[in-house]
Amino acid sequence: MAEPRAAAPLHSQAANGFLRKYVFSTDHKVIGKQYFFLALFSVFVGMILSWLMRIHLAWPKTHIPGLGVLSSAGAPGNVMTPEYYLSLLTLHGTLMIFFVLTTVPQNGLGNFFLPLQIGAREMAFPRLNMLSFWIACASLAVLLSTLFITDGPPISGWTAYPPLSAVGTAAGPGEGLGQTLWILSIAIFCIGSLLGSINFIATTLDLRTSGMDLTRLPLTCWAWFITAVMSLLSFAVLLGACVMLLLDRLGHTTFFVPGGLVLNDYVISPSSAGGSPLLWQHLFWFFGHPEVYIAILPGMGIVSHVLACFSRRPVFGYKSMVLALGVIGFLSFTVWGHHMFVSGMSPYAGLAFSALTMVIAVPSALKTFNWLATIWRGTLRLTTAMLFSIGFVSLFVAGGLTGLFLADPAVDAYLHATYFVVGHFHLVMGAAALFAVFSGTYFWAPKLFGRMLDERLGQIHFWITLGGVYCIFMPMYFMGLEGAPRRYSEFTDRFLVPLAPFNRFMTIAALITGAAQVIFMFNLIWSIFRGRKATENPWEATSLEWSGNLGARPPVVYRGPYEYSVPGEAEDYIMQDFPKVAKS
Amino acid sequence: MAALAVALVLILLTAISAGLFWGHAGWLPVDTSAHGPGVDHELNLTLLITGLLFGAAQLGLAYAVWKYRERGDGRKAAGGRGNGRLEAVWTLAVAALFVGLIFTGYGVWAQMYLSPAPAGALRIDVQGEQFAYSFRYPGPDGRFGPIHADKIDDAGGNPWGLDRDRDADSKDDVVTATLGIPVGRPVELLLRSRDVGHSFDVRELRIQQDMLPGVEIPVHFTATRSGQYEIICTQLCGLGHYRMRAFLRVLPEADFEEWLAEQASAQ
Amino acid sequence: MASRVAAFPGSKSLRDNFDPGRDGAGGGGIEHDHGGGQAPGGPIPLHTYYTGLWLVLGAIVMFFAGLTSAVVVRKGISSDWAVIALPRILFFNTLVLAASSFLLERARRQLRGLPLGKDVHLGSRLGAVLLLGLTFLVGQLGAWRDLAERGIFLATNPSSSFIYLLTGAHGFHLFGGLVAIGYAALRAPSLTASIRGRTLVDVIAIYWHFVGILWIYVLALLTLKM
Repeated sequence: MAEPRAAAPLHSQAANGFLRKYVFSTDHKVIGKQYFFLALFSVFVGMILSWLMRIHLAWPKTHIPGLGVLSSAGAPGNVMTPEYYLSLLTLHGTLMIFFVLTTVPQNGLGNFFLPLQIGAREMAFPRLNMLSFWIACASLAVLLSTLFITDGPPISGWTAYPPLSAVGTAAGPGEGLGQTLWILSIAIFCIGSLLGSINFIATTLDLRTSGMDLTRLPLTCWAWFITAVMSLLSFAVLLGACVMLLLDRLGHTTFFVPGGLVLNDYVISPSSAGGSPLLWQHLFWFFGHPEVYIAILPGMGIVSHVLACFSRRPVFGYKSMVLALGVIGFLSFTVWGHHMFVSGMSPYAGLAFSALTMVIAVPSALKTFNWLATIWRGTLRLTTAMLFSIGFVSLFVAGGLTGLFLADPAVDAYLHATYFVVGHFHLVMGAAALFAVFSGTYFWAPKLFGRMLDERLGQIHFWITLGGVYCIFMPMYFMGLEGAPRRYSEFTDRFLVPLAPFNRFMTIAALITGAAQVIFMFNLIWSIFRGRKATENPWEATSLEWSGNLGARPPVVYRGPYEYSVPGEAEDYIMQDFPKVAKS
Repeated sequence: MAALAVALVLILLTAISAGLFWGHAGWLPVDTSAHGPGVDHELNLTLLITGLLFGAAQLGLAYAVWKYRERGDGRKAAGGRGNGRLEAVWTLAVAALFVGLIFTGYGVWAQMYLSPAPAGALRIDVQGEQFAYSFRYPGPDGRFGPIHADKIDDAGGNPWGLDRDRDADSKDDVVTATLGIPVGRPVELLLRSRDVGHSFDVRELRIQQDMLPGVEIPVHFTATRSGQYEIICTQLCGLGHYRMRAFLRVLPEADFEEWLAEQASAQ
Repeated sequence: MASRVAAFPGSKSLRDNFDPGRDGAGGGGIEHDHGGGQAPGGPIPLHTYYTGLWLVLGAIVMFFAGLTSAVVVRKGISSDWAVIALPRILFFNTLVLAASSFLLERARRQLRGLPLGKDVHLGSRLGAVLLLGLTFLVGQLGAWRDLAERGIFLATNPSSSFIYLLTGAHGFHLFGGLVAIGYAALRAPSLTASIRGRTLVDVIAIYWHFVGILWIYVLALLTLKM
């Protein structure tokens, strides 16, 4: 079985012309790759936006060649206005949260590998799967179109709090058509996500091959499954909220708009009582908090999977790892209020949300402990995939622990909306989740592309990225402790001026780290066409995607997913579809 | 090689972070409110606990990567699948630690939000708008006059929409652009917004509270040190968000009365 | 690579879940009513359609739960909530919808009761359900018209906003059901009493009953005083 594979060996579907095969395909592997490249495009755009913002923060008056072409109002003479900064900030957040962190770990890698790992030939509803992808594309197109309209993208951030987001251009440019398109884009994205999650859940429940009991599911599959359940429950609520916000804007309803608003000396909402801006915050964060776990849970699954493989050790405490995923998934629906300690919500509610938030930190701590215990006493093969997983654990700790500050309402009242928060979520759900995706990409490239990614380039990519993200995001903690507020385009306040050197340091780190991603892109493209051909199971892993067994007959599973270094066995791994032999 | 590098980088990361946090006393701005030391204490306690956990995890990771790297000496990985007792002990310990932490924090929160302002607190109305703050003192009668949205006129110097001719309560209201308060006397702010969401943040007071249109949110505190501090908006409120600010002047009682009288005569 | 051997032949029931002839089958395909059943042109066991259906219903429940919390909050916080008399026609519509559910359930049971392989003629039944469903939708539009004639529009009052929002959202979901019934009615001439046929009608009927119950819920939400 050590024969080299062909470049695209896993396509089971007969070719029906280029369009059917690569564009409007119902093949889960093609769709998975489509999502992957959609996210790659989005992360590239999002990264450029962050570059522009960081340059502006460090050197506010810098000429950025070409920016004036993108928006003559937003960057007259190629110098970014503080207003345009807010537009780019909104777009950066939206792209990264929805089209990168929600898209690639779940819909990209999950689509490709969930069926392979459970021994299914396809997702449960292939045509629905294709529809989900194209809906996501439509959503992205609508979002990006805001870059090319006169007023530019909205300025209300990815959370789009009303009344700012609900009262139209009276609140500023970008709050007109741009904001409407933004809400529309998110609503469309919700629909795509709902359809996608239905597919994931049904596939996991119904299409597992013979012998693939729930206790034999790889942790990746568990993570994808639980993430899909969370998506199903949370995106539906966000969809409802988006519909109401759209009606507030277009139909002049007052779901979220309080009465008696005065903008620029004009009374713009007549009624005396009016709607509740807090209602949007509740609905949004009821989605928004599960959403952060939607971004990170698949990463947790991938890292568990990769750490076990390259430590040659079974995952430490498989059952408690599954349980922890489930508990996190459940509790994520009960902690949304910790985003709202200082919002004006009842301070008693703050106490409850705070306690629940502390509780949800416990399963995360257990997972970290178990990852460490998994590599403990292993024989670590430090491939690029493994390095990124180790990096994930380090980043997850560095980002996750600071959640304890923000879970404490009294401390949050000081740190809320400062750079402390920005550092926290960028490390834990941005950098960590992307490290998991990188890990998964290096690990699964043999299956995705039939070829290996180059290890040397991979290691260079890893080192620059690890050092880079720490240099970018750790200083944010210190700035936050100093009290530096987020979403400020210029630090005009006196106390913020001494922080300018920090900003320049972070900007330089961001430019270098971003540029280093070119190494990854080059590695990816070069390897797809010229890389070393992959063997069937180059990492000597145990799960079904490596068994190359999806011929005419489905595989049969005889054992758990992490049979590494089983005492008394000659090989240090046993594949899931290797039959049990009675010992003599 | 890679193992050594990982271990060194993680150790370096821990050392630098620890070094920077060790000197964090210089990072936090001066503390000028009566409840502030409680917040700072809570923050420092959290910093200590998370710092220890952070160091333990990063150094543990560094040690494991270094110690258990594959060396080509034929050493086999251990085959254990887990240790329920160890997991339970760890989980319970962490849970006790986290929950304990939250309960110590409740006291400070209760002091700030769950108790009413002390009797005799100075009440001041605070209004946020795009992109300025405006403050209002009730004057000798101790009562705020009603707000008429249609009378709001920033250019005409009437950001509150007061009708001083018709409303008796409005006559002696003192409207200012700077928040002046006496040192050592409890103050209750009634926060409101007249357009979009804003926030009232004074980092030296350790107070941050959103201001929402349609509701009036009270906060109370006692300033313990006189001086001038910045009030900034931390809730994204539109184009000029980054330049929405005002000044807080904490004055000795006598100076405060003098300042207020000055402001009143300028109305 | 000693550990990797070809899998042993799977169990029979498992193999039946996979259709070797699926490549290139663009729908229609062969029916396998024996041994678990197959979806047309796919390796999907038929019970997966039920799974998918329940998940769809779960998402819709969450969607309406979100709207419900909005009703509760909006009603609770404001003094501007006006009580609006619902158009009478809504109650007539309710009866129409109940009748359609009843008819569809009759059709579903008829199909269930027949031995496999027998021809069935559900065309007229499904057509009647379709017609009743359309009547309901037209009736809902009538209700909107009635409100508009009384000068009550979307933005008139928060309570009217919710009337339009909830009836609209419900109508949208009901329209989805109508499309499915229309599809089944078109397929009716070729429908036989098969596992596939039963699944199709079952799934549609469960969805339709759900939309009916959802309507009762919406009506209650709009009527009940809190």
